[in-house]
Amino acid sequence: MSALPRRIIKETQRLMQEPVPGISAVPDESNARYFHVIVTGPEDSPFEGGLFKLELFLPEDYPMSAPKVRFITKIYHPNIDRLGRICLDILKDKWSPALQIRTVLLSIQALLSAPNPDDPLANDVAELWKVNEVEAIRNAKEWTRKYAMEN
Amino acid sequence: MDSDEDMETFEVDSGNESSSDDIGFNIEDQNQNPKDRQNDIEEFVFNVLSTEEIVQHMIDCIKEVNIIVEIPATTTRILLNHFKWDKEKLMERYYDGDQEQLFAEARVINPLASRSSQQPSTSSSMSSKAKVSRRCPPNSEECEICFTLIPSNLMTGLECNHRFCTQCWCEYLTTKIMAEGMGQTIACAAHGCNILVDDATVMRLVRDPKVRLKYQHLITNSFVECNRLLRWCPSPDCNNAVKVQHVEAHPVTCKCGHRFCFACGENWHDPVRCSLLKRWIKKCDDDSETSNWIAANTKECPKCNVTIEKDGGCNHMVCKNQSCKTEFCWVCLGSWEPHGSSWYSCNRFNEEEAKEARGAQERSRAALQRYLFYCNRYMNHMQSLKFENKLYASVKEKMEEMQHHCMSWIEVQFLKKAVDILCQCRQTLMYTYVFAYYLRKNNQSTIFEDNQRDLEAATEKLSEYLERDITNENLANIKQQVQDKYRYCDLRRKKLLEHVHEGYEKESWEYMD
Repeated sequence: MSALPRRIIKETQRLMQEPVPGISAVPDESNARYFHVIVTGPEDSPFEGGLFKLELFLPEDYPMSAPKVRFITKIYHPNIDRLGRICLDILKDKWSPALQIRTVLLSIQALLSAPNPDDPLANDVAELWKVNEVEAIRNAKEWTRKYAMEN
Repeated sequence: MDSDEDMETFEVDSGNESSSDDIGFNIEDQNQNPKDRQNDIEEFVFNVLSTEEIVQHMIDCIKEVNIIVEIPATTTRILLNHFKWDKEKLMERYYDGDQEQLFAEARVINPLASRSSQQPSTSSSMSSKAKVSRRCPPNSEECEICFTLIPSNLMTGLECNHRFCTQCWCEYLTTKIMAEGMGQTIACAAHGCNILVDDATVMRLVRDPKVRLKYQHLITNSFVECNRLLRWCPSPDCNNAVKVQHVEAHPVTCKCGHRFCFACGENWHDPVRCSLLKRWIKKCDDDSETSNWIAANTKECPKCNVTIEKDGGCNHMVCKNQSCKTEFCWVCLGSWEPHGSSWYSCNRFNEEEAKEARGAQERSRAALQRYLFYCNRYMNHMQSLKFENKLYASVKEKMEEMQHHCMSWIEVQFLKKAVDILCQCRQTLMYTYVFAYYLRKNNQSTIFEDNQRDLEAATEKLSEYLERDITNENLANIKQQVQDKYRYCDLRRKKLLEHVHEGYEKESWEYMD
């Protein structure tokens, strides 16, 4: 593998020096492009109190192409599917090389606060979110308790 | 166009010259009928443009607008592209509408607004906090992409003032062009900024000739694709485009020799219209007919519904599906049990269910047969058309032979003309079967079928004559024979097309769903 670009080294340093509240991102010991991420569920959301594990990978042509991010912890959310894949525009066509790991993770945290069932990835979840939000939120809380609060 | 026109004129001339003695058969004169669209071909003006000419045309379009609207040429290009290169539409919006909104829609900064009033948009707000905390030495800035301190003179940006270092810009543009195939629609590299990168900026920042070439190709392509009056020649490896004055289903001939319909890009397909041809091609391409074949040639087990093809004479069927093994009669699809020894009594088992199954099968069998009838004839003419191209070679020999017998070059051109007409007839016939497939029977459709029959018979005669009989014929007779035959074919072809076009005008054609 080619040498780590300056941008990744610097970005990782800054991420360590000035961590984002509620988010931790630590590079893997054997692969500096692979990050172990933990996002805390935002306050006043059904995910409050949960700790959600994610994996983040910086592809070869990062930052020209977007990082690959996936939830490892199961989560009941209309824009996140059973495999933990996330439907978020900045991870797809709205990616800009001026964005960073930091901004991506903040956007994911914001997505937890504001689910968008009109642009769904998990259809069944989105459907329930639209027709019966109360029940959907109850499910999300239930899943948070079950899968994101174990340890 | 010039060269094409010459060719066209030349062919007509050669035909006329050799036919001066038999005016009665002169089709060229007979068909000065205004309804005859075939003759409109000459009136339908089109140009063939090479890649360089396309680029020049694009530049001319921009200049034309810039004479009136005084904004940078690069901005004009983006605006024109936004309006699919429709100058009038752009002018109308520019002078009648809200200009600010127009620029915003086209994703450019209003070049008329003073630059100082432009603030960088708030897009990078999340990262700006981090930026504030970091101090930069004078005359240098940190590039938000590579996180490197860069002398200010190496930082650049669009009118939106999002600045990055030239190297990151280059890498960004290269990725967009090479990996994502974007040309006209590359946006500023800043997050959330949708201002488009103009071509001059791309050319300034990207030095790699391979990337520049690809970019120019993408730009030209989007110019041709979104310009209603332009169409790429669909012939493989041809880089020309055809330009017309107005869009219409008309045959155009590229400099490479390929002749196609300007409106849909398919081979010229008179008498069938673009929309029906499109349906036909789709039908032939997708596998709906495979499923029709299955429906027509197989039956389903009445119990487990597995598809069964009968491969022997015996009508006592035993389902091979191991979990089913039901025994039934192939003819009536009823249970085999009551058939016993007297199988002829199976018409007794006219249960509603079995009846229905047979009815559905017959319907799909009939539909398949109907499709295959038209498809076979369509394919057959297509195949013949390919073979007729071999005739050009054999006819050329014949022409040389005749020239050795004191005939001038111009006098023997009638043979080539005969093959031309034969090919035209084949092509027309081919598409008459597409037309006929969708046609609902009425009085006019009967006349159409008569015309089709006459043309087909005449065409086969001409084909046979050129392929076989010609070798046994006295050289002196050939000319008369061939001319009579091809003129008749041409006449029948024109009559058929005329009748179909008349039907379009009078709306006498009815179609199947």
